Amino acid sequence: MTIADPKAPRPDQADLDKAADRPEDADQWTAKIRTAAVEALPPQRMLPDRQPAYVASWIYVFGVTTIAALCMVIATGFVLAIFGPNWWHVSSTGLFVNSLHLWSVEIFMFAMVIHLWGKFFMAAWRGKRKATWISGVVVFLVSVGAAFTGYLSQQNFDSQWISTQAKDGINSTGAGAIFNVTNFGQMIMWHIVLLPLVVVALVGLHVLMVRLRGVVTPFAAKNETPGVQPGSDTAGAEVQA
Amino acid sequence: MSAIALVFGTLFGALIDLNKPGNYIHWGFIQMSYGNLIVIILMVIVFFAAILIPFKTHKDKGGDR
Repeated sequence: MTIADPKAPRPDQADLDKAADRPEDADQWTAKIRTAAVEALPPQRMLPDRQPAYVASWIYVFGVTTIAALCMVIATGFVLAIFGPNWWHVSSTGLFVNSLHLWSVEIFMFAMVIHLWGKFFMAAWRGKRKATWISGVVVFLVSVGAAFTGYLSQQNFDSQWISTQAKDGINSTGAGAIFNVTNFGQMIMWHIVLLPLVVVALVGLHVLMVRLRGVVTPFAAKNETPGVQPGSDTAGAEVQA
Repeated sequence: MSAIALVFGTLFGALIDLNKPGNYIHWGFIQMSYGNLIVIILMVIVFFAAILIPFKTHKDKGGDR
């Protein structure tokens, strides 16, 4: 939208919203991306009110448990980063937040493994969900790295022991040339900058893909979703119970 | 140390003494700490519990799901 008269009253956001989606603007990259994004992930699919009947099982709780634990890990990580090692090693509040960080990670990995088992045994890669499955596997592997560099960043005897034990294994792969587990500065940067960014980005992508394809249909529910052919692309879409 | 901390510390300190080298199981070439083994057993228990324990739904409460 162009504003011809610079002295004219500045349009408010409502005017700009009305000006959107004009046919003559359809070939602009902003319009193309917006249209494609809304078509692939409309708001009701991004944040649905209802789920298929078969989702009413505790095994479907562990994905969101993992995300909740990740939120806690990041929140406590922020607090630890603000006050630093002298605080988390010495003060009682610092020790408490440090423990919250550790136990959130324990719950994160615990819930993620159960989520992985659940999805493995329901073959959750069916119905064009291979990328969702693979992204989950990659998040799991990156999370192991994030947890590992976290253990190396504790600045205690544990981290010394782990790093000196791990260096031989890492060096034997050749990765030690660029990834030195005894280099505290490098490990903490990986732990608080690089790996959290990758984990959060991949988890976001993973959730978007789950929203795009819907929750996979369990084997036993093949005949319980009327109008949906087993194994079809639409199997597992948001079918109202 | 408060009395409560002393009681809990004495009770659980006797069960899980962290002030000594860890205990490991040796199963052929597999070596694993008891701590890790306990976590894996807990994960298996929670996995089967999640499958077997009924999930309360809105339908159970009389509403439409």
